[in-house]
Amino acid sequence: MRAFTYERASSVEAAAKAAASNRDAKFIAGGTNLLDLMKLEIETPTHLIDVNGLGLDRIEKTPEGGLRIGALVRNTDLAAHDAIRKDYSLLTRALVAGASGQLRNKATTAGNLLQRTRCPYFYDPNQPCNKRRPGSGCSAIGGITRQLAVVGTSKDCLATHPSDMAVAMRVLDAVVETVRSDGSSRSIPIAEFYRLPADTPHIETELEAGEFITAVVLPAPIGGKHIYRKVRDRASYAFALVSIGAVIQEDGAGRVAVGGVAHKPWRMEAADMELANGAHAVSAALMADARPTEQNRFKIDLVRRTLGAVLNQARS
Amino acid sequence: MQFDKPATTNPIDQMKVVGRPIHRIDGELKTTGRAMYAYEWHDPQMPYVYGYPVGAAIAKGHVTAIDTSAAQTSPGVLGIVTTLDVGDLTKGKLNTAKLFGGSEVQHYHQAIAVVVAETFEQARAAASLLKIDYVAEPGVFDLKQAMINAVKPDEASEPDTAIGDFDNAFKNAAVTVDETYTTPDQSHSMMEPHASIAAWDGEDLTVWTSSQMIDWWRTDLAITLGIDKQKVHLMSPFIGGGFGGKLFLRADAVLAAFAAKSVGRPVKVALPRPMIPNNTTHRPATIQRIRIGAGQDGKISAIGHESWSGDLPGGGPETAVMQTRLLYAGSNRMTAMRLATLDLPEGNAMRAPGEAPGLMALEIAIDEMAEKLGMDPIEFRILNDTQVDPENPERPFSYRDLSGCLKLGAERFGWAERGRPATRQQDGWLIGMGVAAAFRNNLVMPSGARVRLGPDGIVTVETDMTDIGTGSYTIIAQTAAEMMGVGIDKVAVQLGDSRFPVSAGSGGQFGANSATSGVYAACVKLREAVAAKLGFNSVDVIFEEGGVRSGNRFVSLAEAAGPDGVVGEDTMEWGDLTNTHQQSTFGGHFVEVAVDIATGETRIRRMLAVCAAGRILNPITARSQVIGAMTMGAGGALSEELAVDTRLGFFVNHDLASYEVPVHADIPHQEVIFMDELDPYSSPMKAKGIGELGLCGVSAAIANAIYNATGVRLRHYPMTLDKLIGYLPEVA
Repeated sequence: MRAFTYERASSVEAAAKAAASNRDAKFIAGGTNLLDLMKLEIETPTHLIDVNGLGLDRIEKTPEGGLRIGALVRNTDLAAHDAIRKDYSLLTRALVAGASGQLRNKATTAGNLLQRTRCPYFYDPNQPCNKRRPGSGCSAIGGITRQLAVVGTSKDCLATHPSDMAVAMRVLDAVVETVRSDGSSRSIPIAEFYRLPADTPHIETELEAGEFITAVVLPAPIGGKHIYRKVRDRASYAFALVSIGAVIQEDGAGRVAVGGVAHKPWRMEAADMELANGAHAVSAALMADARPTEQNRFKIDLVRRTLGAVLNQARS
Repeated sequence: MQFDKPATTNPIDQMKVVGRPIHRIDGELKTTGRAMYAYEWHDPQMPYVYGYPVGAAIAKGHVTAIDTSAAQTSPGVLGIVTTLDVGDLTKGKLNTAKLFGGSEVQHYHQAIAVVVAETFEQARAAASLLKIDYVAEPGVFDLKQAMINAVKPDEASEPDTAIGDFDNAFKNAAVTVDETYTTPDQSHSMMEPHASIAAWDGEDLTVWTSSQMIDWWRTDLAITLGIDKQKVHLMSPFIGGGFGGKLFLRADAVLAAFAAKSVGRPVKVALPRPMIPNNTTHRPATIQRIRIGAGQDGKISAIGHESWSGDLPGGGPETAVMQTRLLYAGSNRMTAMRLATLDLPEGNAMRAPGEAPGLMALEIAIDEMAEKLGMDPIEFRILNDTQVDPENPERPFSYRDLSGCLKLGAERFGWAERGRPATRQQDGWLIGMGVAAAFRNNLVMPSGARVRLGPDGIVTVETDMTDIGTGSYTIIAQTAAEMMGVGIDKVAVQLGDSRFPVSAGSGGQFGANSATSGVYAACVKLREAVAAKLGFNSVDVIFEEGGVRSGNRFVSLAEAAGPDGVVGEDTMEWGDLTNTHQQSTFGGHFVEVAVDIATGETRIRRMLAVCAAGRILNPITARSQVIGAMTMGAGGALSEELAVDTRLGFFVNHDLASYEVPVHADIPHQEVIFMDELDPYSSPMKAKGIGELGLCGVSAAIANAIYNATGVRLRHYPMTLDKLIGYLPEVA
């Protein structure tokens, strides 16, 4: 871990401004991912801006009938919130499928969205990684790739996004609210929030330098059956090989997003339209452009099979 | 004391303290955080500083230069010791890979420098500022490719055995199995990382460390540092798990010693978790071919087991064929081990080396054979049970009740409810049961102890034996209490200090039986000394109720001790009973699994182990050993694999997020039954090892249960869902 300076931000605007004025600054909230990465010098901020004291830890109703979730709401509190459990239980299910009780107590909503990949080569500072050292190459390609992405990959990166929560947010069409360093705010639909790796895998989201997430807004509830199915080698405390987040309506229509297969939660509205035709049709649409490796080809089957089980569960 | 005749009745048979379910006497220290582990020693008078180790970034080659200039000027830095500074060192006798010193890099993350600073954070920050130049060389990292170049290892390791005419018998057998199985590299992944504090006082070195084998470490540390062993004082009273990963001297102790010398202050060094899998040892991967031939009657006529594994030059094979020499009858037999040279980190012992991976393969093959014969796999095992060493029928087992374990287990587990493969389904899960025999040899090692009787009547045991979480403190206290006729509250136990008599140490499941036997021997000496001091005839004295009785005379131990106390010291040495009689431990593992029909995820529902290991010295600590071992077997079956990058030559998943040991949610219900038995050939304790038996066979029982659930026979560990889903029914 490199030495760093530290400040507690006094306001959202001050936080964004402080971050914009220092290229090597990072926001810190729960720190459950950032501190680990700093210890390994995968992240090397010289300045940390602590945003825990900004009062962004509330969940409020929106005029549109949805919920605004403060960026600093802890994963545990979000998962346990009455309105979330009642109207967005997909989100609760996804949250409790991730990490451990201790980590969820610290981890925040915005921090969860911004967690970095768990690619083992990203985690080994001796090895080239285009995410860690842009332009150094991808050592995962041709290496151990069982856990890595099968769709939306590039010649420069096979990383997945590890979040369960983000998969649920994608299904629920959440909107990320931010404040930029000039003080202006904007709303970014989750569908546009994450980028594919392409030739800049180190740029993971649409956030600008210093741009600060203040809240994540859920649109009004859409009803339906909420299912989150996470598939993994051990029963708990493991990242998804594949996960399926789904909201399925009485008539069989609905939405599906897949975790563990891409650089972002993988949802295609065109695939949702195939729900009436069953899991094969939906997964064929979702995985149409997949380019798996020998080691992770099974994920294509696994998506189809898990989705089949999810749709069976929705019908039962 | 020499143990060369089967034990007769002795004070241990009273079982007033030994054999009782006594909670760990060190439990309170551990649960209240007062048990001091290696890195935690803190004497306010000691000016501790912190060393942070640096591992090689290449798998094979040389370090050509280390530029320390940036690190030297980093805040708080007190000193840097590099592998080039110290030059070539003499390697410890028991190390295959060198730990430190010289320019050669033999494996990834081999220690090449230690940076010392006032604080841990300063040392870590400065460590990343070293600029290291390497010349990398190509290496061999893929066992599958290297196996064609594998050679017969040193004859001393008895790589091959052949009895009768295996080839002919196998060829003519009515029913045969001929399959290849693979087990991956596995990591000990003990909770406490390797850690040491080194402090020099002139030429004298004290090291607080985490070691299973005090004398092995002390010897090899002295050799590596080029100093007199008598100058080295080692302390390791509490150890947060070892599993074989702390049998042999490790780099943390060497780095701490050099660093402390360099800066003239005591230095703490712990291996960071991401460095452990590649810096230390691991259980090597195996490729195993098993051939079994039997008649229609189910009797084995031919059994052959070949195993290939790899290691660095100078290393040895994973002895995966050993149990096959002893477990089942059959007059035509062969085993062979072949060793390939690999440039991966050093392969070495991990809990039940040999038998653990060997049974992972053999006990699937046995299941396959039973299936082919149309026999119940328990019935097939019982039919081929033996009371003699099948390679040398003149040589009986000292005590063997494998069949009894399997029968009792079948009854308790509800084995009769097991159906044909792929016939039980429940709520989207395929349900199946599996069984495997458990087998592990009972090893004995010389073990010494000193027992002091104090003027307060307190019995204090001193031995360099270690407690790696196994319960050594408690069973040693029970032994001394039984021998001296006192309650366990009157016994104090001091372990893990090189100033104490050399013991067996903890490994190979020899620790409990050997170390308590050493304490037994020392207590015999103490009893004689007490009797002599009192002028009693040592033949008819009875030690009971805190005193010594002879006829109608009774003297309390405190009184007998007098102001100066009395001391007894001895070492238990072993005659040739292990040669005349094959001593092994036996058991049966039963597992019920559920396999998700859609995803192929396997989740264990129930586990039962029936264990036969002589006298159980303490059913609480013994059970704890077995359930921990069963958990390790679950990891081995379902998730644990050090993934080798065969291009770059290292284990890629080198932390506990990516090397997946079981979590609580993976282990729902475990039951352990101990057979009521005594083995007078093993020791005066009539006990045998238990800590490794609990692992042996577990993974195969899980594999067999997966087969019973799904009808899919997996032969390659770990049995992850990707190996299964292609064979499962399509999801509607």
